[in-house]
Parts: sequence; structure tokens; C-alpha cells
Amino acid sequence: MAKAPALEAPKVVMQTGFQKFCATFAKNWQLHLMILLPFAYLVVFHYFPMYGLQIGLRDYSARGGIWNSEWVGLGQFSKFFSYYRWSNLIWNTLALSLYAILAGFPIPIVLALVIHVNTYKGLKKIAQNVSYIPHFISVVILVGILNTVLNPISGMLGAISQLTGSGYMSDIRGSKTAFRHLYVWSGIWQSMGWSTIIYVSALSAVSEELHEAAKLDGASRLRRVWSVDLPTILPTVAIMLIMRFGSVMSVGYQKAYLMQNSMNIEVSEIISTYVYKQGLGKNNMSYGSAVGLMNSVVNTTMVVVVNWITNRLTDNEMGLF
Amino acid sequence: MAKNQIKNIKINESFGDRVFNIITAIILIAIIIIVGYPCLFVISCSFSSAKALQAGQVVLWPVDFTLDGYRFILYFKQVWIGYRNSIFYTAAGTLLHLTMCVLAAYPLSRRTYQGRGPFMKIFYFSTLFGAGLIPTFLLKTSMGMFNTVWPVILASAMSVSHIIIMRTCFSSSIPGDLFDAAKIDGASDFQCLVKIALPLAKATLSVITLYAIVGAWNEYFTSMIYLRNENLYPLQLVLRPIMTAAVAKVDTSSMPSASQSQADEGLDQVRYGLIIVATVPALLAYFVVQKYFKGGVMVGSVKG
Repeated sequence: MAKAPALEAPKVVMQTGFQKFCATFAKNWQLHLMILLPFAYLVVFHYFPMYGLQIGLRDYSARGGIWNSEWVGLGQFSKFFSYYRWSNLIWNTLALSLYAILAGFPIPIVLALVIHVNTYKGLKKIAQNVSYIPHFISVVILVGILNTVLNPISGMLGAISQLTGSGYMSDIRGSKTAFRHLYVWSGIWQSMGWSTIIYVSALSAVSEELHEAAKLDGASRLRRVWSVDLPTILPTVAIMLIMRFGSVMSVGYQKAYLMQNSMNIEVSEIISTYVYKQGLGKNNMSYGSAVGLMNSVVNTTMVVVVNWITNRLTDNEMGLF
Repeated sequence: MAKNQIKNIKINESFGDRVFNIITAIILIAIIIIVGYPCLFVISCSFSSAKALQAGQVVLWPVDFTLDGYRFILYFKQVWIGYRNSIFYTAAGTLLHLTMCVLAAYPLSRRTYQGRGPFMKIFYFSTLFGAGLIPTFLLKTSMGMFNTVWPVILASAMSVSHIIIMRTCFSSSIPGDLFDAAKIDGASDFQCLVKIALPLAKATLSVITLYAIVGAWNEYFTSMIYLRNENLYPLQLVLRPIMTAAVAKVDTSSMPSASQSQADEGLDQVRYGLIIVATVPALLAYFVVQKYFKGGVMVGSVKG
């Protein structure tokens, strides 16, 4: 406050657009410096490996490395499509993740609405806090819990079947048909509570006036959920859905890998686990990255398409980009 | 939200609304049971004797209360090495994660910054497409990172969605005038970040810290790919064979008074104990950060 800069007549200097750009650029040097580290990380560990994707077109050998191995063009891709199980792998991947989305996506929304409308505060609080707990369990531990709890004799299932006196159930841990259900529903068990957080906070932004007006018009609580609450959180729902589709081809391979055993491998082998086994397990680096590349291309296409559809359906209002 | 609820309890609540309220309450109770029962079951089992477990006697509460499982874990040397490593990976990874997140989010939140548009596109595109497992593996291996701690720490270095949450917080929940005023007083961008943006973004920061801690603590895949030296294994990787195998062999050589047959018999008991021991730190982080939650997560629901 010692100086009075306003009194000085500002010097008017005419600058060309480019000079102006350079001046601001120089003035922002600290901002450049800040973003340099994250940007460098991204370039080195995310974008540079994309250049290394070319080994998908080569036949990787340890001696030639990424840059000097022999070119084979699309050979690795045709190798995949001549593998007798290729369609099976793609089907397994799609079936698993689409099942997970179809079953798992609506549940947190419904649960959030239930939490929002219910008036028993204490009960709500308990339900919320209890349902968050499984989110903090790692995949390794989750699979451990599945393995112990689903033990037909000593596990929870054993306890239940003893209580009901129905005799022991068969062991579903190694069952081929049960794999997808176990995978999907254990995922829902783990994440449904945590996923409500974003919807509950979106719901808290619902305008009071709308509710009052609807009440005056004689709308029941259920009706107001449908016509007031739900439309308000629809943009959030749309974004979450698009983001969910962004990982359709890659979602949960870490869990699928842990849940695999010799009995369920037919349905539990998905593209990502196959890539891991081929590439790092059997050292077919080129083959693995070609299959992996195909996987990511399908994945990216999926997001773009879902985003495009969302934009179409909502007049460009709810898409992510 | 709370205001809404109070209004709804008014006397003029119709019969239909009351029924609706009861139905939703039943759903909530069902959720508590569905989620809570397996958790309680695991806890009870970890305190029950191996014999009771084998016979499937545990239903709700511990049977033949005992701490044998935990005593066994106490002498399980690999678990404690893993614990130590996990704490290190989590601390280092979280620190790196937060640094990256703040350093990227602040410039991206400044409206006057020219690089905002292009950088945002570069960051965003990386979430849509990645090179995949193997090219990344080859790169990191050729940098000499194989079987070192680096890939594990770097695995939690950056999350673009967290950067977007942080950026939204900087640009929309802190009034821009504050920065302008500081700039006029001669503050540099670094000063603005440290003295204004960070203190005001505490809620969001703590939520991202929690995400980073939980993510790093629970990570196993990267370490499985890159680590061969068992002394570098994080806890999750130590536990993997024990958790996934139907019948796991537990290494008893480091334990004073346990034979292999005892170990086999007590496997379930040990497993239950390990589940608790491995999950408690992540839950603890949640309880510490929880009080900041309401303000923090909401930012993410704003379209960025």
C-alpha cells in the first residue's frame, strides 16, 4: 500500500499477438516449471511406451530389443486370430465386464436414492458406514475371503447350511458356471456402498423448492424421487457410465487373475490375463503386446462410441467430451 | 440433506409415504446384513479355534475364543517384512502422488495459463489410451528398474482423474479474486499455490490422500510383475499364495513351536487373521480422513 501504482500513467505499448504470447509465456514460467514434472512423467512412462508398441509388429528377441528385432508386419495379429480360442477370450472379456456393469451400475444409484429419501437418520448412518468397509479390502484379500467364506464345510456357507439343516452344498469355488456370478457379485458387495458417495452428494444438491412445489401438487415421495431427484443426478450418472465403459476391456483383470484355477479357466481367461501370461509368462513379448494393443483399441473405441451416443441422446449436454 | 429429512417427518405425511419410508428402511437393514455379516464372520473366525473352524461351528460369534491365529502370524517373518515394505511403498507412493497431483492441477486451474488447453488434452488422452502392459514393462526393464522398488512406487505416481478433481477444486471452490489480490501484492505462482491454494483445498487433498494410500496399500499386480526378491515384496504379494491357494503351504521354519501339520490345520485360522491384519491399516486411514469427507468428494461430482 506504500506505493500508489494507479497514479502512474500506464505506458501504452503496442504489441503484436506473438509478442504478447511470448510475454505471457515468460511471465508464467513458474507455472511451466510446476507442470514440467507431471508432464515429463506422462511423456516418459505413458506416451513413450506407445512408440514401443511397434514390437507388436516385430518378432521380439532379447538380442534385438524393441528397436532392432525383425519386422513381421501383422503376423502377430493373425497369430492371435488363428488361435482356436480367440473368440472365446473376447467373449469372456465382454461377458464378464458387461455383466459387471449391467448388474453393478444401477445398484449404487438405487441405494443412494434409498439413503437420500429414508428418514431414519441413525439407520442411514450405520448403513452407509458398514457398506463402506469392503471398499478398503484389497483384491488379494477379497479373493482370500471368497476362498475361505465359500468353503462349503468350514465357511459361511457351511454355517448357513448347518443352520438350515439342508446338508452341505457343493463347492462352488471351482465351478465353471459360478465364476462370473462370484466375480460380479463379490465386486458389487465390495463397491456398492462406496459408489453411493458420489450420488448421495449429487442428491444433496437437489433444490428444495422443486420438492416443495411437487409436494403442493400432491406428489408422493416415490413420485418425487422419480421426477425430481432422479433427473437432478442424471448428469452424474451419465459421466459415471461413460467412465465405466472406459474400462470395459481392462476392468478387473487383477481380480480375475487371482480367481483363476484349473477348473474355471475356460470362462475366467480374459484378454488381459492372456496378455500377461503370454507376454511375461512365456516371453512372447511381441505377441502379447499385439493382443494388448488390440484390446486397448477396442477399449478406446468403446468410450468414444458411448460418449457419442450420450451426446446424441442429450443434445450434447451430458457427454464427457 | 438434513433439512429435507426434518420436513418429511411432518404430520401431514401420507400413508403411502410412510409405507415407502418403511420399505426403504428394510432395504437399508438388508444392506447392513449383506455387507456386515461376512465381515463379522471373518472377524469371529479369526478369533476362533482351528477345531471349531474345521467343523464349521462358527456362525456369528467366535467359538472357543483364542488368539492362536494371531500368535502364529506374530512369528510369520515374511508377513512383517511385507508389512514394512508396504508401509514404505505406500508412504513414498502417496507423497509422489500428491506432489504430481498438485503440481499438475494448479497450472491447469489458472484461467490465464496458455498451456491449460493443450496440457489438459495431453493429460486427458492418456486416460483413453495406453500402450499396455508389455511395452511399459520393456521400457522400465530397459531403464534398469526390474527387481527394484521403483516400478512399485511409480505405479501410484499419477492419476489423471485425481488431477481433474484437484483442478476443479482449485478453480471452482476457491474464489479467483483471492489469487488476483495476492498477485497484485506481488505473490509469485509458487507462493499462491503454497499459501492460498493448498490451505484452502485441505478437504479435497485429504480425500485424494486417502485414495492414494488405499490404492498403494492394496496394490499387488505391479509388484508381482517386477519384483523377484522376496525381501522387497509388499504385504499383498506375500499374502497372494496364502489367499489364493485352496491348500497353501505356510513356511513354518521361522516359527519356534509349530509343525507343518499344525500349520495346515490352522491354515484357515491364519488366513482369517491375515485378512484382518492386512485390512486394518487401510481402514485406519479412512477413519482418520473421514471427517473431511463431505466437502471433498462432492467436487468430483461437478462436471470437469
